[in-house]
Amino acid sequence: MSLFTDIGHLLAAGMMILSFLLLYQDRITATLNVFAAQAIVLGLAVAWQAELQDAPHLFVTAAIALVVKGGIIPMALHRIVRRLEIHREIEQVIGGGPVMLVGLGLVALSIMLVFPVAGGVDSLAREDLAFALAVILLGLLMMITRRNAVTQVIGFMSLENGLVLAATGAKGMPLVVEFSVAFSILIAFIVFGVFVFRIRERFDTVDVGALDRFRGDRGD
Amino acid sequence: MALILDLLWQAVQMLLVVAVAPLVLGVTRKVKARLLRRRGPPLLQPYSDIWKLLHKEAVLATNASWLYRTAPYVIFAATWVAAALVPTYATGLLFSWSADLIAIVALIGTGRFALALAGMDVGTAFGGIGSSREMLIASLAEPAMLLVVFTVALLAGTTQLSSIAAQMIDTPVGVRVSLALALFAFVFVAIAENGRIPIDNPATHLELTMVHEAMVLEYSGRHLAMIEAAAAVKLVLYCSLLACLFFPFGMATADKSLAAVSLGLASYLAKILAFAVLLPVGETLVAKMRVFRYPVFLGGAFAAAALAVFLQFVSRGF
Repeated sequence: MSLFTDIGHLLAAGMMILSFLLLYQDRITATLNVFAAQAIVLGLAVAWQAELQDAPHLFVTAAIALVVKGGIIPMALHRIVRRLEIHREIEQVIGGGPVMLVGLGLVALSIMLVFPVAGGVDSLAREDLAFALAVILLGLLMMITRRNAVTQVIGFMSLENGLVLAATGAKGMPLVVEFSVAFSILIAFIVFGVFVFRIRERFDTVDVGALDRFRGDRGD
Repeated sequence: MALILDLLWQAVQMLLVVAVAPLVLGVTRKVKARLLRRRGPPLLQPYSDIWKLLHKEAVLATNASWLYRTAPYVIFAATWVAAALVPTYATGLLFSWSADLIAIVALIGTGRFALALAGMDVGTAFGGIGSSREMLIASLAEPAMLLVVFTVALLAGTTQLSSIAAQMIDTPVGVRVSLALALFAFVFVAIAENGRIPIDNPATHLELTMVHEAMVLEYSGRHLAMIEAAAAVKLVLYCSLLACLFFPFGMATADKSLAAVSLGLASYLAKILAFAVLLPVGETLVAKMRVFRYPVFLGGAFAAAALAVFLQFVSRGF
C-alpha cells in the first residue's frame, strides 16, 4: 500500500463526504458551492488517476471536470438562482437525520456490492469503485429527498460525478465515452434549465410539490 | 536507579499537563482577542486567575450539600488522571499500561457526571439548564468518541494509547481514509466537549445558551479555581489525544536518552501550541449554533466515525 494509492483513496472518499454534505445542506447557494467543491475534488481525483495509470487522455477529463463542472455550471446555476430570486431560500430538506442514516446504509450497500464482484482487481480500483457507486447512490438519494427543482438538478450532477469517478477508476476507458457523457450532461443541464424556468412561469415556484396537484391518478 | 528514573519521567508527564494547561488557555484567549483586534489579557493571565481564586473566600449557598463542595475536586482529579495517562512526550512510561482509551473516555465521563450533579445541587434554574444541556451534548458526543476509539483500535490492534502511538511511529500506516474520517469526528467531539464555539461560548456569563458557565455559575473561591483548572486541563487532554493519535511523530519511544526526551518535549509543546492557535482561528470563522442544531453537528461526527469503523471492518485497505 503506497502513498500514491492512499491519496487516490482519500480523494475518492472526499467526494463521498461532499455527497453527504450535499444531502444535508439546506441553503441553495451553499449547496451550489459544495457541488463546485465536489467537482474540483473529482478533477483532482481523475488527474491523480491519470498520473497513476499513465493515461494522459484522462487529464482531459480532469480538465473538463475542473473547468466545466467546477466553474461554469456552478456559476450558471448561481445566476439562475439569482434570477429566480430563490438564493436566500432555505429548503425544507426531508428528514435530515434519517436521510443521513439511509445515506450511510447506501455506502455500506455499495461496498458490500462491489467487494465480492471486483474481488480480483487491485485494491485501488476496487475501493475507488465502491466510493464511486456510493456517490452515485447518494446523488439518487438527494434527487428523491429534494423538493426544489434546482437542487434536484444538483443531485443529478453529483450522480454524474460518481459515474465519471467510476469510469476513470477502470483502466482503458476511451475518451469518446468521456466526451459523450460530458455532453449528455451538458444537454441535460440545458434541458433542466429550461424546465426550471417553465415550472416557475407556470406555477410561480420551483417547488415541485406544486406539480402534485396536476397528477391525474389522485382521484381528488 | 532505573526505577527512579522511570518514576521521574512519569512525574514529568503528570506535572507537565497541569503546568501547561493555563498557558494553552492563555494562548487561545490571546489569539482570539488579536483576531478580533483587541489586545487581550497577558498570556499568563489564567495562572494569575487560578492563584487569585485559590486565595479568595469560597461562598456557599445555604442549601448546598456535601456534593456541591466535593464535586470540584472530583472533577479536577478525574480530568487530571485522564490527562496524565495520555502519552505526551514519550511512550512506554511506567504507568502507561493503564492508559487505555476506553478508560480515558470513562474518566472524562466521571468528571462530567460530577459536574452535572453539582450544577443541579443548589437548585438554581441556570444550573439545571446547564446540566441538562451538558448531558445532551455528552450523550451525543460520547458514542462518536467511542467510535473514533474503535477506528484507531482496529488499525493498531489495541486500545492502549502508548502502544498505539509507538506502533504509529514505528510502522506508519500512511494516509488512510478511515483515519481522516476519525480525525474529522474527533475534532468535532473535542470542540463539543470543551464547550468551544459553535457549541458553547467559553467567554460568556450572560447568554441564555451557555452550557458550561451555567453549571458553575454559583461557584466561587477555591472551588471555582478547581473547576477552571479542570477545564484548562481538559483542553490540554484533548490536544494531547489529538497529537498522540493522529500526529505522534517526535515522541520518545524505547530510547529514553536526554536528547530523545527533549526532542519529544519540544515537539509536544510545538504541537499543542499549534492546536491552541488553530482553535481560536476556527472559532472566529463560525457562528455559535442554536441548541437545537447540536444533534446535527454531533450527528455528523457520529456518522463520520461510524463510516470509518465500517470501512475498517470491510477492508484494512481503507
